[in-house]
Formats: sequence, structure tokens, C-alpha cells
Amino acid sequence: MDIPLTINSLHKDLKEKKYSLVELIDSYLQRIKSFDKEINSFITISDDYAFKKAKELDSSLKELGKDAFQKYPLLGAVVAHKDLFLTKGIRTTAASNVLKSYIPAYSGTVVKKLEKAGAIVIGKTNCDAWAHGASGENSDFGYSRNPWNKEYVPGGSSSGSACSVASNFSMFATGTDTGGSVRQPANLTGVVGFKPTYGAVSRYGVIAMASSLDSVGHFTRVVEDSKKIFEITRGEDGKDSTVKNNNFPKPNGKLRIGIPKEYFIEGIEKEVSEEVKRSAKVFENEGIELKEISLPNTKYAISVYYIIQPAEVSSNLSRFDGIRYGNSRNSFGDEAKRRIMLGTYVLSAGYYDAYYLKATKVRIKIIEDFEKAFKEVDAIIAPVSPTPAFKIGEKASDPLKMYLADIFTVAANIAGIPGLAIPSSFNKKELPLGFQLLGPKFSEETLFFLGEKFEKATSYKPKVAKL
Amino acid sequence: MTNITKQQIIHIAKLAKLKVSEKEIAKFQEQLSNIIEYVSELDKADTKNVKPISQITGLLDTKREDLINKKDCLTLEEALSGTENTHNGYFKVSAILEK
Repeated sequence: MDIPLTINSLHKDLKEKKYSLVELIDSYLQRIKSFDKEINSFITISDDYAFKKAKELDSSLKELGKDAFQKYPLLGAVVAHKDLFLTKGIRTTAASNVLKSYIPAYSGTVVKKLEKAGAIVIGKTNCDAWAHGASGENSDFGYSRNPWNKEYVPGGSSSGSACSVASNFSMFATGTDTGGSVRQPANLTGVVGFKPTYGAVSRYGVIAMASSLDSVGHFTRVVEDSKKIFEITRGEDGKDSTVKNNNFPKPNGKLRIGIPKEYFIEGIEKEVSEEVKRSAKVFENEGIELKEISLPNTKYAISVYYIIQPAEVSSNLSRFDGIRYGNSRNSFGDEAKRRIMLGTYVLSAGYYDAYYLKATKVRIKIIEDFEKAFKEVDAIIAPVSPTPAFKIGEKASDPLKMYLADIFTVAANIAGIPGLAIPSSFNKKELPLGFQLLGPKFSEETLFFLGEKFEKATSYKPKVAKL
Repeated sequence: MTNITKQQIIHIAKLAKLKVSEKEIAKFQEQLSNIIEYVSELDKADTKNVKPISQITGLLDTKREDLINKKDCLTLEEALSGTENTHNGYFKVSAILEK
């Protein structure tokens, strides 16, 4: 059977009774078995759980008929969770040896919400340990390979989730975006990556990295699915006090997109910047006004990020003492140690004012830049990664070089605004290219609207890598 | 170049409860110095009249009623399920006081 590529086509197939969900799970598992040895998307496969759920939903479908799709908006959509999402009874490792054999006693809010909406968990995906990285190479479970060209990284930190969607091992996948960890791997693997507004989606039951920056997003093949999933994941759960039920206003009137001149700087590869400009033209041809804007403090974003983020990392990872669960702190890998120590340094007596406090002040300057820009435009178009996927091992030995891969993504986390990474084409090496749309807080509907407009204008077809 | 000393690395590692080998000390000393050197560019940013922030939601004092929801509680067995080092329903920890 052909595995459907979108939730719409899945539901069409199910209505026509082309296959059962048990058969669908079989097909996914066969595909994973055939190809994931090389790609290494998954740390754990939850086949027993998936078959059990598929059987339950197959009976619901029989019983309720078409009403089942009302009750379960994501009925049968197979999801791979980044291994930072707690799944009751299914091992959750954060891709670190510290949690190598940790089995959670409860599930995270997003995991529960998706399950209630009819999604089926097929497994837990590889990532940079504790979500620290931009290539997937910091995993204690081995790196993942980019499905489009296996000599290249898939990006990170949500490496396996991006690979899973690009390889058609799942319909969609969850991820966390603290400095670009959904948008960047989506960009490098040619799938849609969504980072919500800070405070739109609960982080309860997701292993924390940097709490003032963390957001829970997802990977899909089309914008429409991204929107459908966000409709399920968003909203208050009473367990993450940053989350409030917000209005997500629909776009109206004539839209304007800003092109920030500071995002087209030296160091960005020409094919990346050209592709973003070409994509901006697509919007212009659709009647959307383009406007050059300025975000002058963008140049400080990486420095602000690499002070605040490790500071919060050092605090969040202090709970891993090996007493109540997990192994001892000796099991932390290099990158976690580096960030814990960096964070401890910038928070320590004598350095706090110079680094941490200063960074929180510059953070405000970056937020003000965006606020000013969004008075003039409804969204911003920008590159995601400064280069297409890079080769495995290319940046692994130089942490600072790896950190600079986040240069265009971290500002959205610093300001807490939503971002949508959209694939647009491929370069000569068959590596994906794309762009991101950023909007003011809670402007998700505008981003989805623009994303769908782009797909329609370019007759975009969902793609899967040939493995 | 901003120099973090070997002594500082040892001190930070101690604060963070991390064991680091001699080799790691040398490696982290160089890498952390490089990173700190880079982020020190923030000195150039003018933040004269800016107040620092620690969170960006604008929300204040999110509260809930002080009620126990049994559905959200772990059983004793579940709470202890992450470790084998238990004793009579408690977590076992190393002694911190001497007799």
C-alpha cells in the first residue's frame, strides 16, 4: 500500500476503506525496518503500543463511521515524538546516557492531547542530547543522517523527528524549539517546521532545556497539517503557568511582509539568500506588499542566546542527580557539560551582572526591534539556516562554529514570537532549501495563511526522500 | 582573548557537581574562553535605560486553587519506579551527616 502523505489523504483513504489502521502501522514499521538502520531517526519503536491503538481506532471507525473523524480530528495520524517528550510506559531518554533506561510514569500534555485526538505514537526520535545542538551529532545514540543525502546532517536538535517526516516513517513528528531546533532541521530536510508563540503550547512533561525560550512545535509535510496539529496542541492545561488561552486572530485586509536587511549578511550562502528572495517574490506576485525593514539588534541575538540559554540549562539540568531516576551526572556528554559549565559561569558571583543581566537587557532591545517592525508589517520572511545541510563531522569539533548555525533562528525564541519554516526547492546537490516566516505573538493564523498561500502559488506537492 | 583560568574551570565544575578530568579541564578552558570572548560583544550594546527581564509573557502570578487532583498524583510505586535504590518506600540517598 502507498502510505498517505497528508492527514487529508489519510482520512480520504480511511473513508474509502482502502486499508485498516493496523495495516497502515504495518506499512510504517516495514518502512522503518528497511531504512532506519541507516537514517537512525528512532531511539525507541513503540510497535506494541501502536498496534494496540490502531486496533482501538479501527473499532471506533467501524462503530462511529464518519462521526469518528469528528471525535478524533487526527484519527490514525502516526506521530513520532522527540525523545524529550515523556510517554508513560515508553522509554524516554533525551538522547542522553543519563536517561538511557528511564521509563516515565506519566505523559506530557501534548502527548496526551494528540493521543486524545486520535494520533498513534510509533516511536521516540533521536536528537542532540538534551536538545543541545544544531546537527543531531550530539546524541548519545549515534547521529542521524539526512534522508536526502546521507553524507549530510539533518540539522538539530530535533534531528530524528525531521528525518522521520522526510523519510515517511510517520505522518508528523513533535519537536522542541529553543533556538531553532524545529525550524532548522525542517529547513535542512525539506519539511514544514512550526514553532509556536512562547506560551501558546504547554511544555508540561517535556524535558526542559531553557525555560524562558523553550517552545513545543512540530514537523509536517504541508502547512495545512501543521495548522491542524496546532489546533490540538495549543491552550491551557493548568500545568505550565506560561500558557494562557489566547485568541489567534485570523488575518484580514491587505498583508505586508517585511524583509529584514540584517538577515542577508556576509556568511550566508548565496543560494540560501537568493532562494528567500525568490520566495518573497512569490508572495509579491500574490498581491502581498514587500517592505524592507530593519532589526538592528539582530547582530546580538547569538550572544544573548548563548548566555541566557546555558544559564537556564545549568539550572534545569541540576535536577539530574541520579537519585530518583536516571544515571549519575557522570553520564552527561561533552556538550551538556559545556553548557552547564558555561551557564554556571555566567550566573556565578562576580560575572552575573556582566553577562546574564546584560543579556536580559539586550534581550529587550531585540524584542523592541520586532515590536517596531510589526507596526509596519504583518510578517517577516527570512532565511532559516545560513547554509543548506552541512556534511557530517564538518562542525562537530568546533562548538562556537556550531552555535553560529543558529544565527537566524534564535531571535524568534528571544522575543517569544512564532515561526514557520517552509520548504521551497532543492539545490544542485539535491539538498532542500526554504525560508521562515516570523510574526508577532499569537499571529499563527497569519503564518499558516501565508504558508498555504505559498504552497498553492507554487503548486507545492508533499515530498518524501528516496531511501 | 578572555581567559578563563584553570582554577575557574575547576571551581565551576565543582559548583555544577560535574567531575572533569585534567584533559577535559584543558579542553573546556579553551572552548569556554572562546565562547565568552564571543559573547562579550554585548558590551557594545547600549542598554543604559533598559531594565532587565527574566520572562517575556507579561503574565503575573499565575495561580490555581490549592486542591489535590488525584488523577494528577503518582502512586508510591510509580514515584519510585525510576530507581532501584529504595528502602521501605523511600528513595535511598548517600549519607550527608557523619555519626
